[in-house]
Amino acid sequence: MDDLIKEFLVESNENLDRLDSELVKLETDPSSQELLSSIFRTIHTIKGSCGFLGFSKLEKVAHVGESLLSRLRDGKLSLTPEFTSGLLAMVDAIRTMLGEIQTTEQDGNETYPSLIESLNLLQQQSQDAPPKSTPAPAPKEPGKKKQSANSKEGAAKSAPPASKTPPVKAATPIAPPAAPDPPKTQGVPEANLRPVAGKIGGALVDRGSVRPEDLAVALKGQLSGDTRRLGEILASMGLITAEDAQAAQQAQEGSRSKNAAAETIRVDVHLLDRLMNLVGELVLTRNQISQYSARLSDANLVGPTQQLNLLTSELQEEVMRTRMQPISNVFDKFPRVVRDVATAQGKQVLIEMEGKETELDRSLLEAIKDPLTHIVRNSVDHGIEMPDQRVARGKRPEGHLKLRACHEGGQVLVEISDDGAGIDTTRVKNKAIERGVITAQQAGRMSEGEILNLVFLPGFSTAEKVTNLSGRGVGMDVVKTNIDRVNGSVDLQSYLGKGTTIRIKIPLTLAIVRAVIVQSNGNRFAIPQVNIQELVRLDADRVRTEIESVRGVPVYRMRGRLLPLVYLSGELKLAKQAGGQADQDDATNIVVLQANEHPFGLVVNEINDSEEIVVKPLSKQLRGLKVFAGATIMGDGKVALILDVVGLAQNASIFSEASDKALAEENAEALVAQDHQSEKQTFLLFAGPDDSRMALPLSTVARLEEFPAKEVEKSGDEWVVQYRGKILPLLRLDVVLEERRERVRHDRKTVEPDPLQVLVCNDEGRTLGIVVDRILDIVEDRAEVKSPATREGILCAVVINDRVTELIDVPVLQKIAEANRTLSTEHAEVIN
Amino acid sequence: MAQTHQFCTFYLDKLLFGVELEKVQEVIRYLEITQIPLAPRVVSGLMNLRGQIVTGIDLRRRLDLADRSDGTAPMNVVIRSADGAVSLLVDEIGDVVEVTEESFERPPETLQGKVREVILGVHKLEKQLMHVLNTEKACETAEAVTSGAER
Repeated sequence: MDDLIKEFLVESNENLDRLDSELVKLETDPSSQELLSSIFRTIHTIKGSCGFLGFSKLEKVAHVGESLLSRLRDGKLSLTPEFTSGLLAMVDAIRTMLGEIQTTEQDGNETYPSLIESLNLLQQQSQDAPPKSTPAPAPKEPGKKKQSANSKEGAAKSAPPASKTPPVKAATPIAPPAAPDPPKTQGVPEANLRPVAGKIGGALVDRGSVRPEDLAVALKGQLSGDTRRLGEILASMGLITAEDAQAAQQAQEGSRSKNAAAETIRVDVHLLDRLMNLVGELVLTRNQISQYSARLSDANLVGPTQQLNLLTSELQEEVMRTRMQPISNVFDKFPRVVRDVATAQGKQVLIEMEGKETELDRSLLEAIKDPLTHIVRNSVDHGIEMPDQRVARGKRPEGHLKLRACHEGGQVLVEISDDGAGIDTTRVKNKAIERGVITAQQAGRMSEGEILNLVFLPGFSTAEKVTNLSGRGVGMDVVKTNIDRVNGSVDLQSYLGKGTTIRIKIPLTLAIVRAVIVQSNGNRFAIPQVNIQELVRLDADRVRTEIESVRGVPVYRMRGRLLPLVYLSGELKLAKQAGGQADQDDATNIVVLQANEHPFGLVVNEINDSEEIVVKPLSKQLRGLKVFAGATIMGDGKVALILDVVGLAQNASIFSEASDKALAEENAEALVAQDHQSEKQTFLLFAGPDDSRMALPLSTVARLEEFPAKEVEKSGDEWVVQYRGKILPLLRLDVVLEERRERVRHDRKTVEPDPLQVLVCNDEGRTLGIVVDRILDIVEDRAEVKSPATREGILCAVVINDRVTELIDVPVLQKIAEANRTLSTEHAEVIN
Repeated sequence: MAQTHQFCTFYLDKLLFGVELEKVQEVIRYLEITQIPLAPRVVSGLMNLRGQIVTGIDLRRRLDLADRSDGTAPMNVVIRSADGAVSLLVDEIGDVVEVTEESFERPPETLQGKVREVILGVHKLEKQLMHVLNTEKACETAEAVTSGAER
């Protein structure tokens, strides 16, 4: 293809992207002359280049758009949504034609007559209507010319009056540009008349040495054939001194060189990819040399190796940066998307973007483009309600969509939140049950978060009616798959009636990742560190006790949660290493991984270092292998495979389809039962009055003591004992608990154990001893409440070790004891 | 004079095979190979060819020939393919031979089985027949094998 055309295509495509966002922006700020001028210039450039390159059909389309825009810019028309839609349609048409040119080098056969027609119609309609902005009255004083001319142009900031016409004529309203062929588009490109910063004229105006009006005269002169430099003309007109001209000239040169320095160059993406590959290989070589030098411990080698290390890392970082692109490349397309969807449905949506400058690798940018677009569409389509509904719910009629991107811990976080209706978990649940994704029983057990995450399952869409934009059933699952593919994660949060937030986390780059190297049966594998939650090492004897099985599935109890275990050697059907020791008796290494929110433990023989590895794709013969994400070359020059955690989990049926899920749920059910054990408490079991079994949480008991009966000092019913230099009141369970039974007090004194078994408890800073009949045991059990308390002083009755046991309530008991005490004192007084 | 073609030849179980010379990137004696669990049988593993990862295809297995006896290291014929380099594992490397179209013949109809898919035909050399290997096929069918082996 002709270089010229190629350049035109690249440039025009970029311009069109900008047009999209600018047009949408213009809609919110219709008076912005700056935006209008920029849009006009862009279309004008495209049109001009088309004419030059001979794409007449494209030129025609651009032309109608341009004339419409010129009237807008001149304030002859005011922007209506129809205009924006028409102009956007034109942008689309131009884009299609550019695509055509890309493939065929011709601008295609489509002439877009209807589009041209409708654009013309828009223009004519408005021509009939009086122009919105009233022409300014003819200025009386020359000094005010500037303002008046400006006001006529709708308070143009960027276009000083001189750009239009000489000052004398400024008062006369500009004739509406005869639509088809305004002379300015041909003869003198209007931009040339404008004092642009960086041009000498502009520089002079900026310096205040020349009035714009005079500059215009000089420019006119130059255009009508004066070959002298602008500065010279102005000097000859006696408007500026030669020094002024020279100074301005210098300033101009300066700004030119600055522009050159700030300029960027276009580089072929393939070149960057190649560069990245080379750096990748350099990293590998560096790793090899580092290993070699570590073995040799030669001081002469160590220095340069360290230097090489540093340089390579730096180079790697810089090369990676060349591939970084701001997320605005994707974000900037969204205002248009949002506008299209919102307009189609009669919704009002405000889009707000934050962190557009966040950079990430261009391949990743590509990868998240579609998922993000989908989410944004979804938010507007399903999330944000119709204006009247919103008002009814006490919200502002226009919905708010917020996109936020930022770097977070070596990852890029993208957040899309709306203040729409939110996701109705009940509906999601019902739909899931209806579709057979889960059973009603399972649904009952699921947490809100789990239910929300059901929308990521294939074929799940909650849209009640299928719109032409989204809700075709291929939805969030595609988003999730795409994000998963680049090692990212998606998280969904939603509050009914308040809105939905979707958080996407993606790595900065794909080519080089940090990975942990593991070994199993003599094979080395790399596991990307982002997938790893933690590493666990179990000694041989702990292996025997702590690795249990649920229906034959090995599990490890980790902090109370059961972690399904996958043996890497078994999963990959690795041959036993010849001469390898039986690993059964050895320590077990568990790599705790997370795949699609499902944690699982991968059992490997050995966990080695973590290393930076260069990910190389597998050849097509091996792409069917989902358990591997790629391969890499290790420091010793050997090839190691990179495990794909999600693929591995699927292979091991940690999760996969609904049936697997059901199975997993069943397992989970079994787990839940065991899970409760995690809430086990340690109880002190003792025999209370009448040989009843009672218990106290061990944590409330400070000490167990024995006191000989003779040491107990009794004052009435109150028993105390000297304990560690203090007086320890004793609380007799038989007294406080059986008070209610109204037994004859004297009876129980007959059997008095010696020594007394006392539980020393600390209750709210006070120490007290509880006298019990016998201490039975200390047991660990889950305190499953069986029945509420039947008498005062008892917290509840629970089953411990298969026997009903009463849990005593120390504070209450103490109150009872105090009440008794006062009672007995009163009683004593009465006797006295 | 008729146009001549150059072939890089190699042996597999005493049979002579040839690959068009321009398709061969290089011939390498021995490379350490990393086996790939769960991979199809014909894929023998991955090799590090100067920083490039190359997939090795065991041609004996691909052609349904008996496995090499232990202890004999295979040779690598590295082929350029659309999908990067692929190494064909062969028994022994032969000479580069130059042949004309005249000596070429389609494989006999009686030739059946896997060999037929992978062989374009034979060149009748003076002493023996040279089987012309369809390299694309030799690698390509492996893909089908892969998907078949997928669980």
